[in-house]
Amino acid sequence: MKYIDEFRDREKAAALVKEIEALVAEIPMAKERPIHIMEVCGGHTHSIFRYGIEGMLPEVIELVHGPGCPVCVLPMGRVDDCVAIAERPGVIFTTFGDAMRVPGSKKSLMQAKADGADIRMVYSPMDALEIARKNPEREVVFFGLGFETTMPSTALTILQAEHEGIANFSVFCNHITIVPMLKAILESPDLNIDAFIGPGHVSMVIGTAPYDFIASFYKKPMVVSGFEPLDVLQSIWMVLKQIKEGRAEIENQYARVVPDDGNSAAQDAVEKVYELRDFFEWRGLGSIDHSGVKLREGYAHCDAELKFALPNLQVADPAACQCGAVLKGVIKPWQCALFGTACTPETPLGALMVSSEGSCAAYYQYGGVKAQAGAA
Amino acid sequence: MNIMPFPKPRRLGKVNVPTVTLAHGGGGKAMKDLIDDVFVSAFDNGTLAPLEDQARIDLADVAAQGDRLAFTTDSFVVDPVVFPGGDIGKLAVCGTVNDLAVGGARPLYLSCAAIIEEGVSLDLLRRIAGSMAEAARDAGVGIVTGDTKVVHRGACDKLFLTTTGVGVIREGRVLGAHLARPGDAVLVNGLLGDHGAAILGARGDMALETPIESDCAALHGLIDALLAAAPGTRALRDATRGGLATVLNEIADASETEIEIDETTTPIREEVKGFCEILGLDPLYLANEGKIAAIVPPDEADAALAAMQSHPLGAAARIIGTVKDGERGRVTMRTVFGGRRIVDMLVGEQLPRIC
Repeated sequence: MKYIDEFRDREKAAALVKEIEALVAEIPMAKERPIHIMEVCGGHTHSIFRYGIEGMLPEVIELVHGPGCPVCVLPMGRVDDCVAIAERPGVIFTTFGDAMRVPGSKKSLMQAKADGADIRMVYSPMDALEIARKNPEREVVFFGLGFETTMPSTALTILQAEHEGIANFSVFCNHITIVPMLKAILESPDLNIDAFIGPGHVSMVIGTAPYDFIASFYKKPMVVSGFEPLDVLQSIWMVLKQIKEGRAEIENQYARVVPDDGNSAAQDAVEKVYELRDFFEWRGLGSIDHSGVKLREGYAHCDAELKFALPNLQVADPAACQCGAVLKGVIKPWQCALFGTACTPETPLGALMVSSEGSCAAYYQYGGVKAQAGAA
Repeated sequence: MNIMPFPKPRRLGKVNVPTVTLAHGGGGKAMKDLIDDVFVSAFDNGTLAPLEDQARIDLADVAAQGDRLAFTTDSFVVDPVVFPGGDIGKLAVCGTVNDLAVGGARPLYLSCAAIIEEGVSLDLLRRIAGSMAEAARDAGVGIVTGDTKVVHRGACDKLFLTTTGVGVIREGRVLGAHLARPGDAVLVNGLLGDHGAAILGARGDMALETPIESDCAALHGLIDALLAAAPGTRALRDATRGGLATVLNEIADASETEIEIDETTTPIREEVKGFCEILGLDPLYLANEGKIAAIVPPDEADAALAAMQSHPLGAAARIIGTVKDGERGRVTMRTVFGGRRIVDMLVGEQLPRIC
């Protein structure tokens, strides 16, 4: 595939790994303890496992797979709400595929579908709107999920529904924002991260300026990265170079896609449709102030949360789950007592075991070959 | 004296309405007409024609071809029933023929049970029975017995087919996943993932137009050529549901070995790679309907590859990996990037990723 294979070149990777080894040799800290680099975004986690990147790096570099998988941080109570909406007579509930298996307190959407709810997988909110057009007598609900990456497409779909006067379409909004989550991680007392690989797709929308506080206030380097394996390797090299030179800056490795100012049309749509919630619940991390959005009052007629009476209960994560500690890099997935025993991809307890972007599922399935040896 | 000859030659019934109704499943004349019109006329063979409640097969004919019977069954529920590169009828014949052939058997006879949803058009049924007949003819098997049911609208999705196959395994031929040994080569007979991508594309809910066609094909001929060239072949599996990744895991598991494959030599069409790239799927888990994984001892690997490549259904065959004395039951892949990763069994179905 032209323009993709170039970013998967084995020889360039080998050369870059050599550069990384040379750089690490010049970092004094690396002689005393591992360097912890968190990739925030689940897309990077996927690339790292898909291409076996972790095993190519010097042992001293430890990658921490952060909370950037929107499916993984979805709290159980919200899944219960989804099931409650989906099981109402007359409703067609539409969702991205990987949200189907997220466990609720009683069942997942996959189980609700098997029990008779009309739940359909879509690839875009526009597909959900099309279902609404074709089924005017049914109430079609789209499960709005994801960071700033998917937020604009949901917003534009709502604007399109309004433009066409489609009354039987609504959104169950669970969109979340990345910056408050990063702040929460940086503020956590057990923080164990030296540098960040920043999310590419989110930054394509919001630009790089919103991350400035990470460098200026918390003095941590961050490199916004693309998703191909050479992108990830180069970004690792770039953060190591900052560490070696004692710099803490926000750098943009993914300039071919991410403009420093982001995408203003997408930002406008987001601004028009959403407002910040006071707080939002994250699985494993707890409640984080201003970390989610809801629809503005003007779009109340499209807001499934208002349209349907929802149980809207908070459900505590299972007590033995250590998702939070894994998300923050305090422990590795296999150090959780439930990993691979009570919690497996077949019967996930914690959400990190659900999506292939969740670090536990990624370790369990793709498995860093090195990591599995460590787990045994 | 006029004596009526017996048995009287049967005249085949004909259906004169455009769609199937519940009447066609009622056991009366309408059902007989449907069976005659759609199936008997297409399958046309002497064993089926008498329409007894069972096919009767001469044991001596069967025994002359080998010393063990191979017996398999498979159901087909594909949506859509007609797709680029084939339809459910061709699939139902090739799938069961392949299940026999990968056991080293010569496929001989098939049964065909059809569950039809009321409202399905006769033209569609005739087309599908026609492609079953054609595929059976190409594979040299007879469809010798069958059954037809018609169910209420919504009780099935247009048409479900079940084919059961009988074949004979030649004396001395032993294949099994448990026989893989460290050092063996892992081969595939061509490009992977075409069927899965074609079906996903044909469903139309991706709004992606793809030129990808299903690889649906009967592989007994290719397998004959392979086993002639590499008689020491240990195991064959057709990489259907769950794709190559799943069958390799089954082989590694049964033989208590580790299998390592190389992404750079694993053949996948550019269009399938692109399709998976966009949808966040892994082609190693996409279904195939005309691809096998073969485990061959190292000294026969080149001969096996040459035999596959000289067959029309194996032109793109490659050696993709080796069996190793590593961690039991594990499959790993050297990635195109130079890293190494585990290729595990799928847990459920492959779900597309959100972003």
